[in-house]
Amino acid sequence: MTMLGDRQQLAYIASQAADARVNVELETEGMTLNIGPQHPATHGTLRIIARLDGEQVVWAEPSAGYMHRGYEKLTEVRTYPQVTALVNRIDWLGSFANEVPFILGAEKLMGVEAPARAQHIRTILFELSRIANVSLFLGDLGVQLGAVTPVFFAFRDREYVLNLIEGATGGRFHPNFDRIGGLKDDLPAGFIEETHSVMKKLRNFCDEIENLLFGNEIFQSRTRGIGVIPKDIALQYGLSGANLRASGVDWDLRRDQDLPMAWNKVDWNVITHPDGDSFARCWVRLQEVRESTKIVDQLLDTLPAGPVMAKVPKIIKVPEGEAFVSTENPLGEMGYYVVSQGDQGPFRVKIRSASFNNISIVPWVLKGVYVPDIITILASLYFILGDIDR
Amino acid sequence: MQWNEEVSPLSSTTDTTEAPRDERREAELARVVAALGGNVVDSLVKPNDDMWIRVTADTWRATGETLKSLGYTYFCFLSAIDWMPSPFGKGEDDPTAPPVERDTTIKHGYTGGDTRFQVLARVTQPFTSLGINIKVDVDDAAPVIDSWSGVYAGANWHERETHEMFGIGFNGHPDLRNMYLPTDFEGYPLRKDFPLLARIVKPWPGIVDVEPLPGDDSEEGEAS
Amino acid sequence: MFAALLSSIPYWGQSLLRVLGGLVAVLLPAGTVVYLFLFKMMSFMQSRLGPMEAGPYGSMQLFAEVGKWLQKEDIVPDAARPEARIFKLAPLIVLASTFLLVVVVPFGPDALFTNFETGIFYALAVSSVSVLGILIAGWSSANKYSLLGGLRAAGQLIAYELPMVLAVVGVVIQAGTMNLQQIVVAQNTGSIFGFDGIGNPYVITQFVAFIVFMIAVQAELTQTPFDMPIAESELVSGYMTEYSGFRFLIFFIGEFATAGVFAMIASVLFLGGWGVPFSWFGWTTIDSIDNWMNVGGPLILFTKMLVLVFFIMWIRFSFPRFREDQLQRFAWKGLIPIALANIMLTAVLKVAF
Repeated sequence: MTMLGDRQQLAYIASQAADARVNVELETEGMTLNIGPQHPATHGTLRIIARLDGEQVVWAEPSAGYMHRGYEKLTEVRTYPQVTALVNRIDWLGSFANEVPFILGAEKLMGVEAPARAQHIRTILFELSRIANVSLFLGDLGVQLGAVTPVFFAFRDREYVLNLIEGATGGRFHPNFDRIGGLKDDLPAGFIEETHSVMKKLRNFCDEIENLLFGNEIFQSRTRGIGVIPKDIALQYGLSGANLRASGVDWDLRRDQDLPMAWNKVDWNVITHPDGDSFARCWVRLQEVRESTKIVDQLLDTLPAGPVMAKVPKIIKVPEGEAFVSTENPLGEMGYYVVSQGDQGPFRVKIRSASFNNISIVPWVLKGVYVPDIITILASLYFILGDIDR
Repeated sequence: MQWNEEVSPLSSTTDTTEAPRDERREAELARVVAALGGNVVDSLVKPNDDMWIRVTADTWRATGETLKSLGYTYFCFLSAIDWMPSPFGKGEDDPTAPPVERDTTIKHGYTGGDTRFQVLARVTQPFTSLGINIKVDVDDAAPVIDSWSGVYAGANWHERETHEMFGIGFNGHPDLRNMYLPTDFEGYPLRKDFPLLARIVKPWPGIVDVEPLPGDDSEEGEAS
Repeated sequence: MFAALLSSIPYWGQSLLRVLGGLVAVLLPAGTVVYLFLFKMMSFMQSRLGPMEAGPYGSMQLFAEVGKWLQKEDIVPDAARPEARIFKLAPLIVLASTFLLVVVVPFGPDALFTNFETGIFYALAVSSVSVLGILIAGWSSANKYSLLGGLRAAGQLIAYELPMVLAVVGVVIQAGTMNLQQIVVAQNTGSIFGFDGIGNPYVITQFVAFIVFMIAVQAELTQTPFDMPIAESELVSGYMTEYSGFRFLIFFIGEFATAGVFAMIASVLFLGGWGVPFSWFGWTTIDSIDNWMNVGGPLILFTKMLVLVFFIMWIRFSFPRFREDQLQRFAWKGLIPIALANIMLTAVLKVAF
């Protein structure tokens, strides 16, 4: 299966090379270009070492670790409720979504299930953080490609979503709102009407971005057919989320996994795209924001009454056992393998973050592209540094 | 979603309770175990939750290949577990006080184990979302195991991370460089006997101002 | 009369006036363009207000910015030390190209710096001087990003020089002259199929050339979607990366002044320049024009320039950027054939009518 992928890759390189190379005799010695760690395209401190032949990448290797905070070690000296404050900061743009799988894992080990209302609110906040995260991606995408305007639209409309999250949780970026057994609080008054109107704004934002960016021919020529990742390669590297669905794999953990969350109670679609190129990845994300607004709208209308907190002991001790819970986070599959030895804190937590896998494909996919395409491909793979380094 | 069930015992070999059945996962695990044959040391299904198997170290790579051919094409993660409890506890010791002696007896998790280190990987069948956690014992004296990077390309980075964090070698890995740490860094940070230095150089503020735990009024004086 | 007034001043006075006029002609459009478009229009497009604090409606922001840049240290990177003189010279070359360009732009019947017979030929020639400055800047910065940016700029500017020249050829054929002043007169005295109510602005009869010319201008100015040499998100401002303080300021002024000057040349070539259709006031030749046009002409030209710069900036703020190879393909496979076809057609029609 690998061979097929390599062959596609080679064909792509060959077609690019034919364009670029007038004469083999003109070939010169390569140049090594360090992209990052301080570089606008890496939004964070990722470093890409690229060996160039002219403007063409012969070999590229990302070098992460400038932001490694050792969360896996830190979780071992903290109690379960304290860990959520850490994992918030893994993918800092969609932070509430990071808390959920960890809390679900702990709940699974404890045999606790959050009440229906808490599950609904969790799902709403989860989707709101997805919208906040991905809408910024859509704006940032423009900047990476040289269009400055979309990012301001994105910041403008993300602010509404952040206000909602702040209104409900008290924190714009690091809500730390999820508790084992439910949530810290119920939704504030007026949240439902406000959220409905914001979701309408976000759908307008999606239309705007679609018109401004996705419909643009330059944008299409910069992204279509660039950085193609075939299905089997994507699976092998463990790509997840929109990156995987853009390669034509119809797999969404929200739909296909049986979690005590409210996704299965509402009507929405999993978006896939057969092409697997940069355009497909961006397009899938754009559509997912639309679907998320639909999910939020429906959940708000069907919000059940009742408590938001199950009965859990005041001092949380998790029984012995192991559990892996992963959810479909804005960046992809985010999972925690929690090992408990009956203590107040976890014995070991393996954090399976989406960007780590998503970015590990970079050496493969960057082979043979042009320097500007590095930026496009990195932007379309969409990583967040905290999510790579943890 | 029946998570309120009693927690299953830690190994199928001691399975005596009438836990709820999960035909889908049990059938799947039977299929996997049959395909892997003698490689499997132990296996476990937690109903409506997950599957675990433990394989022998010399068949690690073959296990990966078999699983891939069984439809587990999605590589989720690969890491390791150091089962020795930390001699530093939660890092909340007073650095000025004499060191605390702690019990470091190894207590293994699901599917048991014989060694301090276990490599843990997870692969998933896309579409069905059935995942399987594969554990393998790694020799404590020479913690080396075959690499999966030829089987699942994504294992490359995970093995690099495991190598630098646990000091476990991977035979056949193309490039076991450090990802996060400086090249000349000594020690393996995620091993339990590697102290969390931030907690050593400066006392954890939790030592100084211990809040009374809820419903625990009597121990208030202990902190001061 | 205006010309007579001018010739009564001693030669050094005339030279001083010309230098002052040149400064005004370069800096005024640059300042207006930056404030009006870069600060305000861009902000409004992006649903924000832009600078509001310095002066009424932020109008003094420009001076604040200039003051800020002038205070900054003039840094030469260590690696560029051996070539420090060249490194420091590069922005001046870029700005010099702008001044050389503005020399041939006619602002009124008598308000002009020089009246070259081959004005447009000269303008196209000196506009490439900026390539030298950019190449020098990119190379002497001793920075890989700058080098890539400089090389991209060179490749791009040379590639887009050609469609620009070819687009102008259509105008030159139709006007029958290379003198910019006479091109203005030809447009304002001309007629379209006998209708002379609006003269004959070549934007109508040479529409294809106009589009090609404006695209080429966009590329010459390295504005998005042709801003590969600068490309903040990949090359971190390319050849400008290592410049700071007033040298960066010179690049910056150069960029927007050139935008203004190119827009002026475009309005001279396609929009009738400083003139209004002569039939409106009953003028027949350039000598019969009222003297007030020497004041009104520059204003008319300035307005036309602003309209053109508006389009340049509009595209700049809303488009993503091309990739280097796509950009070259666009020039060589798209614009040049179109421009050549336009020349053919114009020549045929010129002979036919």
